[in-house]
Amino acid sequence: MACIAPDGSVTRPGRKMLEAMKAPRALEDVALVAEIPLYRVRSVIRELLDAGLAEEKDGLYSITGKGLAKLM
Amino acid sequence: MEEYTVREPVSIPRIGSPAPSFEAVTTLGVLRLEDFKGSWLILFSHPADFTPVCTTEFIAFAEIHDELRKRNVELMGLSIDSVYAHIAWVRNIEEKMGVKIKFPVIADLNKEVATLYGMLMPGESKTEASRCVFVIDPNGIIRAMIYYPLTTGRNMPEILRLIDALQTSDKHSVATPANWQPGDDVIVPPPNTQEMAEERMEAGYQCKDWYFCKKKL
Repeated sequence: MACIAPDGSVTRPGRKMLEAMKAPRALEDVALVAEIPLYRVRSVIRELLDAGLAEEKDGLYSITGKGLAKLM
Repeated sequence: MEEYTVREPVSIPRIGSPAPSFEAVTTLGVLRLEDFKGSWLILFSHPADFTPVCTTEFIAFAEIHDELRKRNVELMGLSIDSVYAHIAWVRNIEEKMGVKIKFPVIADLNKEVATLYGMLMPGESKTEASRCVFVIDPNGIIRAMIYYPLTTGRNMPEILRLIDALQTSDKHSVATPANWQPGDDVIVPPPNTQEMAEERMEAGYQCKDWYFCKKKL
């Protein structure tokens, strides 16, 4: 996986996106805040959602408690 | 009696048709074509990692990457190599040539995407993709295709010019003449009716004849 390393740690783009999602945002805004191309944000968010590190509600994406723990 | 080999016709993408969807392992993780929605995409194939012409092309693509992004164009490479070979090669290019490759490269070991896009030319090579370029617009429509043989590296100014021409045509509903460069006069599309032809001659365009009119933007 691109944003979660084999040891379970979150890689740089994943961390930047999780930081950006401390406030709920649309993916386009996550891309702007995290300074990551939108196509990559769309790819990485799938992994973050699958891993339970992020969640989506009404088109806005935010970090979960599990995601916050990964940033510690 | 002479024998012929009957082959199934290979379906390849066509200009004006939707680009075939795919999900692929790349040097930047798993990407789908749909991830690029809203951006233009240049999807290009190269024969093999760690080969000289391809290395010059990767450096050249990296050099126009920022110019492409200014035009809302993303870039993605492809070859029939593993992701580990790709990682080793792009790291080698950075170490030996001082050029960082920031765009993703598809590891198409099973030739799935290459087959989908008609990048394989069995008459030229049975194991490598040819040098293909697909220009896909923000709606996922194939707008241009370029095919080069294994021996010949592609021309980056022409790829930039092609993007500029397509975007200019879309924005202004015009066409672009041979050797057009940004800032040059553009072609007014030919009229479809006799009345349009008559009006055309009075519209203030630079016309050689009713079917051949240019204008400045």
